[in-house]
Formats: sequence, C-alpha cells, structure tokens
Amino acid sequence: MRFGTEIVLVGVAAFAALAAAGLAQDSAFQAHMWVLFFVLFVGTIVLMRNTSFAPATAASIPLQTDTESYMDGPVRYGVIATMFWGIVGFLVGVTVALQLAYPDLNLEPWFNFGRMRPLHTSAVIFAFGGNALIATSFYVVQRTSRARLFGGNLSWFVFWGYQLFIVMAATGYLLGITQSREYAEPEWYVDLFLTIVWVAYLIVFLGTILKRKEPHIYVANWFYLSFIVTIAMLHVVNNLAVPVSPLGSKSYSLFSGVQDALTQWWYGHNAVGFFLTAGFLGMMYYFIPKQANRPVYSYRLSIIHFWALIFLYIWAGPHHLHYTALPDWAQTLGMVFSIMLWMPSWGGMINGLMTLSGAWDKLRTDPIIRMMVLAVAFYGMSTFEGPMMSVKAVNSLSHYTDWTIGHVHSGALGWVGMITFGAVYYLVPKLWNRDRLYSLRLVTWHFWLATLGIVVYAAVMWVSGIQQGLMWREYDDQGFLVYSFAETVAAMHPYYVLRALGGALFLLGGVVMAYNLIMTILGYEREEEPIGGRVTQPAPTIQNAG
Amino acid sequence: MDYTAMRQFADSWGLLFMVIVFVGVVLFAFRPGSKKSADEAARIPLKDD
Repeated sequence: MRFGTEIVLVGVAAFAALAAAGLAQDSAFQAHMWVLFFVLFVGTIVLMRNTSFAPATAASIPLQTDTESYMDGPVRYGVIATMFWGIVGFLVGVTVALQLAYPDLNLEPWFNFGRMRPLHTSAVIFAFGGNALIATSFYVVQRTSRARLFGGNLSWFVFWGYQLFIVMAATGYLLGITQSREYAEPEWYVDLFLTIVWVAYLIVFLGTILKRKEPHIYVANWFYLSFIVTIAMLHVVNNLAVPVSPLGSKSYSLFSGVQDALTQWWYGHNAVGFFLTAGFLGMMYYFIPKQANRPVYSYRLSIIHFWALIFLYIWAGPHHLHYTALPDWAQTLGMVFSIMLWMPSWGGMINGLMTLSGAWDKLRTDPIIRMMVLAVAFYGMSTFEGPMMSVKAVNSLSHYTDWTIGHVHSGALGWVGMITFGAVYYLVPKLWNRDRLYSLRLVTWHFWLATLGIVVYAAVMWVSGIQQGLMWREYDDQGFLVYSFAETVAAMHPYYVLRALGGALFLLGGVVMAYNLIMTILGYEREEEPIGGRVTQPAPTIQNAG
Repeated sequence: MDYTAMRQFADSWGLLFMVIVFVGVVLFAFRPGSKKSADEAARIPLKDD
C-alpha cells in the first residue's frame, strides 16, 4: 500500500494534536493545537486520496520509485516553496514598514507590529532563505557528489516537516506565542519538532556525501554542511528551556541574566554567520561557476576562507551587547573577532567576483550573472559595514537605531535575496526540462526593481539611523537631553514612508519573478529580442572573380 | 570545573590548539602539488549535470 506508514503516522499525529487541544493548559496552546490538528488532518486526507491499494508486485515497484538518477522532487517543491514564502515574507515586510509609518495599521491583537515583526523575520530568513538552502543543497550535493540523495523518502520528510515548522511558527506568532528570543521566537514544542526535522536533514545531506562517487568533497558542500551542523548546535543550546506544562505554550530559559543575553546573541549572530552567510556561500560556490561556465577563481582561497570563517564567526556574537551588563572583555573580544572577519568575508567576495575574470562581458548579456554579481558585491559591502558597526565607538552611535535595520537589509535583500534569485533562475529551466526561462527581459526588470528597492531602503535607513542616534545623544549646555524620545520617533516618519516604498519595489520584483517562473514551469517561452541584440552575421567577403 | 578554570583553559591550551589547527589547514592548502588537485576539484561542478 502506497503511503501506508505515512498515513498512519500523520493520522496519529493529528489525533494527538486534537487530544492536546482538548487538554490544553492555556488558550494560546489550545488554539495552536487546533491549527496543528487542522493541518495534519488535511495532510492525512491528501495522503489517503493519493494512496493505492494495489499489492506491491515486482512490476509495480519501478512505477512507484523515482527512476531519475538524481532525486529532484523535493528540490522542485523547495524552489516553489522558496518563491511562495519569499512573496509572503516580503509582503509582511512591507506591511510592518507601513505599520511603523502609519500606526493606525496595527490591527489588535493578531496583526499588531509586535506579532507581525517576528512573522516577517522568520518568513524571510527561515521560510524563504531556509527553503532556498534546503532545495539548493539537495540539488548541489547530488551533482557534485554524483550520487542520489541518501535515505529515500527522508528528504520528503525534511521538506514537508520544514513547511509544518514554518506554519506552526507563523501561526504561533500571530496567536501571541513567543519565547522572545530574536530569530528563535517559536516555543519549546515547535523547537523540538524542528530539531527532529533538522537531524533528518543532516542525515540526508551527510549520507549523500558519504556515498559520493566523486573522491573530493566540493567546497560548496563544506559550506552547506557547516551551516547544517552549526545551526543544529545553535538551535539546541539557545532553546534549552523548561516548559511550564507539557500541554502549555510557556517555557522558561535555562539561562538567566546576562548569560541568557549572551546565549541569545551567540545564537543570533551565528544564525547570520552560518545560516545567512555560510549556507548562501555554498550556493555561490556552485551557481556562479555554473552560470558563468568557469571554475571558481581560486579553489585554495575558498578552503582558507572557509576555515577562517568557521574559526572566527562563532566569537562575534558579543558585539550585539556593547555597553550592557556583559563583561567588558567579552564585548572587546566580540569586536576584535568581528574586525578579523573582514578577511574571510572579503576572501569570499573576491573569489566570487574574480570567477568572472575574463568573462565580464556576460554582465551585459546575462541578467542572471548580473544578479549574482550584485549579490556578491552586497555581501562585500554589508560584511564591511558590519565589522565597522561592531567597533564600540561606532556602535555607541548606531546601536538601537535604524542603521542596524538598514545594515541587515543590505545583507538580506542584497546578498541573500539576490544570490537566491540567481540560483532559482538557474534552477527552474533545469528542473522542469525547459530550454530557457520564459523571459530574460523580465529578469532584467526584476534586477532593477530589486536593486532600486535595496538602494532606497539602505540609504534611507542610514540617514534615519544616524539622525536618530545623533538626536538621542544631543545634550544642551545645561546637560539636559535636547529631544524627548517621542520627538525622535516623529522625526522618522518621512524615512519610514520611503522605506516602505523601497520594500514595495523589492516586493514588486519578487512578483515579477514569480510570474516569470510560473510561466517557465508551465512551458511558455516569450518571443523577445535577445539581450545584447541578435548575433550579427559578418559581412560576406566578396569573392574574387577569377 | 569552575568559570576561572575554563577561562584559563580557553585562553591557553584552547587558543593554542585552534591556532595550530588553523595554521595546519593553511599549510595543507598550500602544500607542494596542491595547485593541481585544487584545479581539478574546482572543475567538479562543470563536469556534467
């Protein structure tokens, strides 16, 4: 029987969720369990409608198994999920930007800023970025290992389990369930579930590497593996907590005081370092060479900068706690390691950019390469800006201001967003066996909409952040603060409106991408003039009559 | 093991260990003959689909 075990397991889980809803200790947990029950119930129905009871004869087995040499089903689903969650995350981002500019848009209680903000951050980082990482890592590890994904249907569990985690996290935020740890807001039971999914992910990835036919482990896989392993460690330690009740939504952290704060930022900064940097560098090291059709500029540099990144990043977290109760030496340690990160970061940037040396003309004709190059350029810029902001003197101005938000977005929209778009544009025609994308002209549109959006966003946040920082520290000659806090908030209004505009441009670019990809998947090809003009025939040489 | 002992271990033996490992990685990456194998490894993604 097809999906026999799956139907039983999902059905039992649905019943368990129903029972948990009935026995819940608090109303938020009850509502959350109803959500879980509904999702699992629909999942069971869908599985049952797709089952078949034919006995497994020898002839029927090949029909059931994916006969391709590579297992690309979860990759295809992952690419679609990336696109979908990307649009959702950008849309929620524009919404929260507008909520800051126009506070009347805070709709109590579910859609106020406090609940929508983690929805935005989790949607873009974990739903958009996470799906992109899982999908591309499954694609890359198979190609560079010349081996099919390990573990059979385990990769499907990773995909669907991860989507369930996203749904539970997102609905939990809107219900007001949070443990208030930045980028790790889901409560203990969702964290436990994610741990199971993540271990399955590690097994699939590592198993594929172990059964590789290629003797060498390509550098992209090193980056992906470091991302998977480190995120597992960070997630487990940061979420060590004791639930108040096994049937309640509230838990208390194992740590207290400044230890708790440092644990959170050890997690938080390494989420940036290993999720948003190492993972996406893995993407860069496969998709830029593929799209440019050239090997990476210096393979040895990639090894050095990989290990430098691994050794340094893990110590940089304390720079989020400058001028707090954290011991001064720890703050300085965080600052020094952040400054040292300039070297591996720029090593990676140079390696990515120089891969194009000798092929720079592709920038003119290939908008996908242009996206990837812009991504690497933004990687260089934001990893220059970050260490600079971690210097205590700079941080005393920038901390708690919008400058930080601008910095995060130049990295997230510029680096993570653009390299993902580039990879997805490369992947979709390959995965669905199309000759080319529906339209390269639309990729150019996406490129410029997104670029303009990022530039508007980052520039506006620099101005507002520095103005905010200067207003907060402005004293008069009597030693009194010149501005009340409310005055500094009111002064931000025009910038917040402009920021929403920048975000809306980026969202619009995402919608253009979704349209382009859907048309590609459906098999359409737009009739259009190739970029750079049609290839002109050289003038025929005049034959000498004679 | 209390905080002071761990701290002392971290900034002596721990630090030394990590520096040695890192220097070892760098030396290994630039060992004689590594250029050829690195160039081969760099071509892995371009071999086929």
